Amino acid sequence: MSALLRLEGVSRRFGGLAALDSVSLELGRGEILGLIGPNGAGKTTLVNVVTGVHTATSGRVTFEGQDITRLPPHRVARLGLARTWQIVQPFPRMTVAENVAAGALFAGGAADVASALAAARESLGFVNLADLADAPAATLTLARRKRLELARALAMKPRLIMLDEVNAGLNTAEIDEALALIRRIAAEGITIVIIEHLMKVVLGVSTRIAVLHHGRLIADGAPQEVVRDKEVVAAYLGRRYAERGAA
Amino acid sequence: MSGLRDWALLVLGVAVLAALPMVADNYTLRLGTVFCMYAALALSWNVIGGFAGYPSFATAAFFGLGAYTCAILQSAGWPMLPALAAGGALAGLFAAAVGGAILHLRGHYFAIASLALAEVLRELATKLEWLTGGGMGLNLPVPAMELHAQAAFFLHLMLGVAALAGAATLLLRGSRLGFALRCIQQNEDAAGMLGVDTRRAKTLAFAISAIFPGLAGGAYASWTHYIEPPDVFDVLLSVKPLVMVLLGGLGTVFGPVVGAGLLLLFEEAVWRSFLTLHAAVLGVIIVVLVLFLPNGLMDATRRLLGRRGRGAA
Repeated sequence: MSALLRLEGVSRRFGGLAALDSVSLELGRGEILGLIGPNGAGKTTLVNVVTGVHTATSGRVTFEGQDITRLPPHRVARLGLARTWQIVQPFPRMTVAENVAAGALFAGGAADVASALAAARESLGFVNLADLADAPAATLTLARRKRLELARALAMKPRLIMLDEVNAGLNTAEIDEALALIRRIAAEGITIVIIEHLMKVVLGVSTRIAVLHHGRLIADGAPQEVVRDKEVVAAYLGRRYAERGAA
Repeated sequence: MSGLRDWALLVLGVAVLAALPMVADNYTLRLGTVFCMYAALALSWNVIGGFAGYPSFATAAFFGLGAYTCAILQSAGWPMLPALAAGGALAGLFAAAVGGAILHLRGHYFAIASLALAEVLRELATKLEWLTGGGMGLNLPVPAMELHAQAAFFLHLMLGVAALAGAATLLLRGSRLGFALRCIQQNEDAAGMLGVDTRRAKTLAFAISAIFPGLAGGAYASWTHYIEPPDVFDVLLSVKPLVMVLLGGLGTVFGPVVGAGLLLLFEEAVWRSFLTLHAAVLGVIIVVLVLFLPNGLMDATRRLLGRRGRGAA
């Protein structure tokens, strides 16, 4: 099978700490991979290594067969790999439309600023932010800023989106909206990696789940199997969840 | 369309200044020439400091490099304009080369590294006596023109440099590079993740912000007929553009020009009475600006007018 994204024995050390410890993982086209693990397990580090923010200490990352291990972030972005941030990173003094246009212009193949702005409106329509296109990004609520990040990633015309806790800090209604949105993105044929703490979300959308613990991949498989895996239960979900699951 | 309006404003301003020699005396022409020089320096600083958000103190380095290149080439027999162009080009190349080394530094670290550039070049200019005349300075050929014609010629020369810097700013604002710089200014990490080649964009911005000070330095050297290291590598040449841009409005197109005019007026009105205190006065201006007018006078005026407009409605 031709994997879209492949990690082969990827490690990343910060001084003496192995944030990622020889992680091997394959991701096929059209999958929605839930990446879970306790705080500090290395989830965000994995996203950072794939997207070029950090370089792997050892191992190899390939995207569509091309080695991207040592590419800088902007080159990775232009290959069709987008991400959102755990802590939202808008351009605060630009309008919502300009924020999204940046993605279309520099990675999405828009020919000039005007056509990037037009493409931006399309992405904003997709995430239901079209009526706020001319508002300054700094004035948006958190839930809307998260949608702005999604629109910006979509404007890059990616083949893979890595969502780093897009639902953190949202209320129940907002989470349901976000889930529907993620499903619609998947329906567009975009492969998704979703980092998430909320089990409801992970089990609701993922076609497969991978679990990181202390930088190591301890489980990788179908959602229902992974949640029952003893090691995962011990490391991540805790005894109470396990008991409830058994009852 | 605001783009068309801004081009019209630029052409109008250039036309008015170009017509100045028909009505004004030599003193006014001298002021006009200094104004054009300040405007060119401020517009250039705005590219790296305003658009990209990198607080550069390298203006004096580019200015001095342009001045010395132009002076040395003219001494070697080059005509003025090619020597001037060579000074601008060399300043741009120098910035592109050095930019690769210091543009990964952010904030204060970049500011300090850029400040060091002028100091290094000043030392070099002082030490390389065979080339630069060292501390004795360099004399340039005086054009064979009567005084008023000379004053008019150098006003037009400096006006040309300022007009080029203004045109470059207008072109940059609507361009892909201008957009990339705004992204970098607001969040460099996010910019990279969206596909902006941040290193390339910053290096280009730094080079653009060096070309016009290089040209202005050459024009200044030709105008004054004499340069020496402390004069053209003066740290005030690095500080003043920053003050002018803060005064007028960071990252705007005409803010730097307005700021240049205001600082010049201020110099003429106040500094003549406080010759030894002018650095201190400059310091006070900076503090007041940062504390009370972080977005410049143009923005403050606009907001004041807007509030009044709403109040009346």
